[in-house]
Amino acid sequence: MAALTADTLEGGFHDPVFQSQAVFRAVMAALAEPARPVPLPPSARPPAPLTAELGAVALTLADPDTPVWLDPALAASDAVRAWLAFHTGAPVTAEPMDAAFALVADPARLPPLSAFAQGTAEYPDRSTTLVIAVERFDTAAGPLFTGPGFETPRRFAAHPERIGFLDQWAANRALFPRGVDIVFVADGLVAGLPRSARLATTE
Amino acid sequence: MTDMDDARFPPLSNSLPRGERGPVGGSGAGADAGVELNGALSPLVGESGREGAPGAVLDDQANLRTYSFAYLDEQTKRMIRRAILKGIAIPGYQVPFASREMPMPYGWGTGGVQVTAAVLGPDDVLKVIDQGADDTTNAVAIRGFFQKTAGVATTTRTADATVIQTRHRIPERTLQAHQILVYQVPIPEPLRYLEPRETETRKLHGLEEYGLMHVKLYEDIARHGHIATTYAYPVKVEGRYIMDPSPTPKFDNPKMHRSKALQLFGAGREKRIYAVPPHTDVVSLDFEDHPFRIQTFKEPCALCGAEGVYLDEVILDDRGGRMFVCSDTDHCEERRAEGHRGALSGESR
Amino acid sequence: MYVAVKGGEQAIAAAHRLLAHERRGDRSVPALTLAQIAEQLTLAVDRVMAEGSLYDRDLAALAVKQARGDLIEAIFLLRAYRTTLPRFGFSRPVDTAAMLVRRRISATFKDLPGGQCLGPTFDYTHRLLDPLLAGDPDLPDPAERPADETAMPRVTDLLNDEGLIEPDPAETDAPVGDLTREPLSFPADRDLRLQALARGDEGFLLALGYSTQRGYGRTHPFVGEIRLGDVEVEIDVPELGFSVAIGRITVTECQMVTQFKGSAKAPPAFTRGYGLVFGHQERKAMAMSLVDRALRAGDLGEDRVAPAQDEEFVLSHSDNVQSTGFVEHLKLPHYVDFQAELDLIRRMRAEIAARQEAAE
Repeated sequence: MAALTADTLEGGFHDPVFQSQAVFRAVMAALAEPARPVPLPPSARPPAPLTAELGAVALTLADPDTPVWLDPALAASDAVRAWLAFHTGAPVTAEPMDAAFALVADPARLPPLSAFAQGTAEYPDRSTTLVIAVERFDTAAGPLFTGPGFETPRRFAAHPERIGFLDQWAANRALFPRGVDIVFVADGLVAGLPRSARLATTE
Repeated sequence: MTDMDDARFPPLSNSLPRGERGPVGGSGAGADAGVELNGALSPLVGESGREGAPGAVLDDQANLRTYSFAYLDEQTKRMIRRAILKGIAIPGYQVPFASREMPMPYGWGTGGVQVTAAVLGPDDVLKVIDQGADDTTNAVAIRGFFQKTAGVATTTRTADATVIQTRHRIPERTLQAHQILVYQVPIPEPLRYLEPRETETRKLHGLEEYGLMHVKLYEDIARHGHIATTYAYPVKVEGRYIMDPSPTPKFDNPKMHRSKALQLFGAGREKRIYAVPPHTDVVSLDFEDHPFRIQTFKEPCALCGAEGVYLDEVILDDRGGRMFVCSDTDHCEERRAEGHRGALSGESR
Repeated sequence: MYVAVKGGEQAIAAAHRLLAHERRGDRSVPALTLAQIAEQLTLAVDRVMAEGSLYDRDLAALAVKQARGDLIEAIFLLRAYRTTLPRFGFSRPVDTAAMLVRRRISATFKDLPGGQCLGPTFDYTHRLLDPLLAGDPDLPDPAERPADETAMPRVTDLLNDEGLIEPDPAETDAPVGDLTREPLSFPADRDLRLQALARGDEGFLLALGYSTQRGYGRTHPFVGEIRLGDVEVEIDVPELGFSVAIGRITVTECQMVTQFKGSAKAPPAFTRGYGLVFGHQERKAMAMSLVDRALRAGDLGEDRVAPAQDEEFVLSHSDNVQSTGFVEHLKLPHYVDFQAELDLIRRMRAEIAARQEAAE
């Protein structure tokens, strides 16, 4: 185990009860009304390349009961691994299929969505939730999404985007109720793309 | 040891995130198969060093002295929050969760209480109703629980609430986008009375095989001329899962359809959480020749004169005297405050 | 004019004040101390600890007192407290062969290494009410004998040495399930089944165990051994690299030797039913071992035909905190649902009356 350093010890929630509650409510709002960025209260200060928002979501949802997969950018950082281990206790898994959460700092090199746990027909909840840090959201352009949580279809894109992402998303949606859910985070914002969200253009 | 082992059977040093650990030295530890020893943790056997440990602590007089915000420890809240997010992503699907024993009996709202405790924050305003009323005993007890453990603001006014925990009713006032409605659910499985085995009903949901339910409803029509289900009337959510709306009267079913509010359902004893996101299709099952219809009442509320609301029947004497009044007490009070009067309100219009 | 009933809050407060008053009873009678309960109602305390899944005599005694002797209510109190406790680790499996035995009997062998030891038992007492116990009679000190250095191997181990009984499942590093941390799903493995039975309602398990004896899933049981005594509880401390004893608990273990199995390939051998309970709880341990064996029907290739063999039925209904909550919830107001039913039944009756009238 890496030696404890100040970087490891610091940067967690200073008030875990209320900060995790606030982050959870933001994530919940984001998944309840998908493709609509909502403010994510700034709170965590993790070591790079883990972003503040990725760190905050991890602190809020991950713990010793949830194996976490790290994308190569994050997995390469001892500081990130030590910080997550210290603050969440979540075991890190190298197998995306075993992950309750996948933390992704480099969205352009996201593995195919099908590489992650999809759940089963009887237990579709046994699937991976991807938490992906992006640079920005685009709600003016981008494809139209619809489904539960949409009063009317909304445009949404998260950049940078992996090549072929929309095809993968359509395939993910076709698995419903199986499939993965995505929580995108950008600077001070969170947006959800639960498996129930579908591309309006494919209808 | 693999990472998965770590997750399920953590060694001593990893069992809690560091920030949430209580003092380890000399304290209790778990025994095999999840049975915990309390030994030196007991305040009654001469130990006093548990300041800061999560969970309830007894003082020398065995009074509850400190407990977590909204009672639940952080790890439990995280587990419930994860289940809520899955429920939202798969509308109408019952997510298993490791429901905890709560300081109130199973069947008395422990599921709703756990969901509320997991979502509630210091800025929330909580309303609790049972049978539509804020002053029914169990609603009073649950509201008191959150006042005590979360110090959260409470209200009886539907319009002012951000979180509404309910048993058996949906408020008459149309819920808004910022509101969360938390239902207490006794039996979350809509197919349970047709098939008691979870192993079977889970398969039926997985296969989207709902013929059994239609047969049951149709048999009702054949036998009684009506669908004999008047509450907990099954709905189909977003064209996929058949869901139990909890034992609300079917009168309330249409309020669920494309509601602006987020609807969360907690079944504590049955260890299930499910959800309906805002703007989601919730359709009551019916047949072309027997369309779904809600209850209607012949007379308006005797206190506020409201029509098109759900009414309680109150027996006034043993000679057949009865009256009908709003089940939603806040709605009734609000209308009376606005000057509406019913036949028995005791004041002239 | 009609005024709606109000004041639930005051009613609840007044009801609880009255409850406290009645719990105390006649003030001229000295209040029970927790020590009196822990020392003299030991078996009630044991049951509360076992089904409350928390080994703490003092808290269990407090729960018994607070619950006015209603043991299911006391179990509930202890569970609700337990759920708030932080979890520091898991124990190593306890070794009942190394138990400091206070009672040990076998129904399968007249004598065996370590001998039979009756210990403190109701067995063979004549169930005659003892008027002397209305007071506090002087009692002779218990008979003592020098500590016996003879080992007390488990009867099942002796049978196993000869290959006459199926071996204990091999120890594995597989994680032990915990139904208090993960929702139960079916089929459940034996670790989860045993955990559910250990916390399960004594009366429910007793009735199910009895039903197997009467032919509903018969297993031909023999009490291989019941032993009562103290065992050490150890936890692994990774930082130290070895395990540390953190205390000693009293447990009752029952190993039921049951119906043998065999096939053309495997010679016949007896099978096991297992019960282990906190405290001195022989009836519970025995019932548990009968039900454990019955629930193994599927694993052992027997038809599952009886209630005691039906895992989903048994495990879904064995927890008395759950069952009492749901049964008792029926006293909560249900007038909204009832109104819905009233409306429908009145309408249907009116329709039938109208049809009959039209026909006349």
